[in-house]
Amino acid sequence: MHSSTNVSQTQIEMTARKNALRSQAIRNRLRTLVLQILVFALIVGSWQLLSSRHWIDPFFFSSPVDIVKHIETWVVDGTSAGPLYEHFVVTFEETVISFIIGTILGVVMGYLLGRNKLLSDIFGPYITMLNALPRVVLAPIFIVWFGLGMPSKVALGVTLTFFIVFFNAFQGVREVDRNLVNNALLLGANQRQLARHVIIPSALTWILSSLHTSFGFALTGAVVGEFIGATKGLGFLISEAQGSFDTTGVFAGMVLLSITSLLADWLVTRLERRFVVWRSTAK
Amino acid sequence: MTTERMVRYVAPDNASTPVINLKAVTKEYIKPTGEIHTVLQDINLQIGKGEFCSIVGPSGCGKSTTLNLIAGFEAPTAGKIQIGGTLLQGINPSAACVFQTDNTFPWKTVIDNVSLGLRLHGMKKSEAYEQARHWIERVGLKGFENHYPSRLSGGMRKRVALAQCLIMQPEILLMDESFSALDVHTRSVMENELLSIWEETSASVVFITHDLEEAIALSDRVIVMTAGPAATIKGDYRIDLERPRNVAEIRFDPEFLKLHQQIWNDLRDEVMTSYAQLH
Ligand SMILES: Nc1ncnc2c1ncn2[C@@H]1O[C@H](COP(=O)(O)OP(=O)(O)OP(=O)(O)O)[C@@H](O)[C@H]1O
Ligand SMILES: [Mg+2]
Repeated sequence: MHSSTNVSQTQIEMTARKNALRSQAIRNRLRTLVLQILVFALIVGSWQLLSSRHWIDPFFFSSPVDIVKHIETWVVDGTSAGPLYEHFVVTFEETVISFIIGTILGVVMGYLLGRNKLLSDIFGPYITMLNALPRVVLAPIFIVWFGLGMPSKVALGVTLTFFIVFFNAFQGVREVDRNLVNNALLLGANQRQLARHVIIPSALTWILSSLHTSFGFALTGAVVGEFIGATKGLGFLISEAQGSFDTTGVFAGMVLLSITSLLADWLVTRLERRFVVWRSTAK
Repeated sequence: MTTERMVRYVAPDNASTPVINLKAVTKEYIKPTGEIHTVLQDINLQIGKGEFCSIVGPSGCGKSTTLNLIAGFEAPTAGKIQIGGTLLQGINPSAACVFQTDNTFPWKTVIDNVSLGLRLHGMKKSEAYEQARHWIERVGLKGFENHYPSRLSGGMRKRVALAQCLIMQPEILLMDESFSALDVHTRSVMENELLSIWEETSASVVFITHDLEEAIALSDRVIVMTAGPAATIKGDYRIDLERPRNVAEIRFDPEFLKLHQQIWNDLRDEVMTSYAQLH
């Protein structure tokens, strides 16, 4: 009897300690959240204050309330060039298509060059050279080639995403553990099986980590392309607003863009989790 | 003409054809400076069917290189390698290898790791899994089928690696310092398990180790290599200790101590030479 009370006592202690730890963790998270909100309120609030008191010129700096109102008008009444969602969809489509094409090309080329010394020796210098070129200068030429529509934006986005994914895939393929490759070969893998069971899964960590950056670049490609010449898209909206000295419109476009990229980042993170289960279960 | 050939043809005697036959094997690398670096020089080595053969030698002498040659990862610069009487070209199809570092695939669960070899040869998943379950149990990992290697201890990963090789029922099992990263207790447990599994099969084992005691305790035969460069075989010792053995206890056997003394005399000089080269 004595020992059983002891046991239940230690059990009570354990649950108490567990609860304490858990509430500590929750408190920590809550504190971070509150601080984050405070920072946001501070920045946005002082911006609003400075602007409404005319300490800064609202014509050049706009104000949070005006921006929100502007977005609301866009959502409710549509923009001067058609409903907002159309622009949003166009930009999103351009981004996703160039992201997908760039990623596939990057992975395939990275794999080929990573596995084949001759190919990488031949093409290496050219790829480095192309990558050194500031891609934005390609935008006008793409617009000449592909017109004002989607293809020119996609082409620009692809040139931006391709190199990031390519270099990561290339490195990932190169870094594959020699022993694992040898082991698979000894177990009887042919080249195709080797790619599927060893090289691609191993390079996937590298490739996936590049997707965050490359999605951002796909968006940049789309927006910059729209900036230079387009009839639709968020970039087009911003450039229109800028053309009529509508600072609030520019800011409203920027807010929408950051929401888009946040959304994209979240999606990529989800994707990453799905693909590298074996790593996330490790921790 | 046909008859003549038939008459002259002598069927290979399985008992005497060595499973592994290195004939005057030399391996050279070209250094970045352009000089030739001879790692192995004129190695002659025959290993018979079912033989457990250890190779010891100072660090950097070319033990791993020898193993890579037998596995077919690399080709010898001169000389030839025969496996079961036929010339080895490319990857050795009758060998499996447990490396010093992990050879489990981190993105595959234990059961996928173990069944991989069978799956690569086109076996149906259900069948491969069934055999894999048997081997997982055999190496004492029942219940861990769906774990990823990152959640296993070092010793458990070595068991997975072993099962991954053994499921292929290889004629040749290559082991490159496979147990050297394990702690002493896990290591002797693994050594005993290796022996008991090996005794049920007819696989020839080439076991590379730094540890002379381990080599003697496990093997039928211990090969001593000279210090590099241009390493070659210095001594070839038969270990006639009784089987089955318990590796933890056999170290106190007087016969064991005698052999150890004898081989160590040989090995020590090479270790000294190798050490002197470094300084
Ligand atoms: N791919 C390579 N290119 C050039 N030199 C190599 C290569 N592989 C091995 N060597 C050289 O061959 C020699 C033997 O290497 P090896 O790995 O076979 O030694 P080892 O006996 O296994 O050493 P350890 O006991 O430390 O594992 C070393 O001097 C090494 O520098
Ligand atoms: Mg080695």
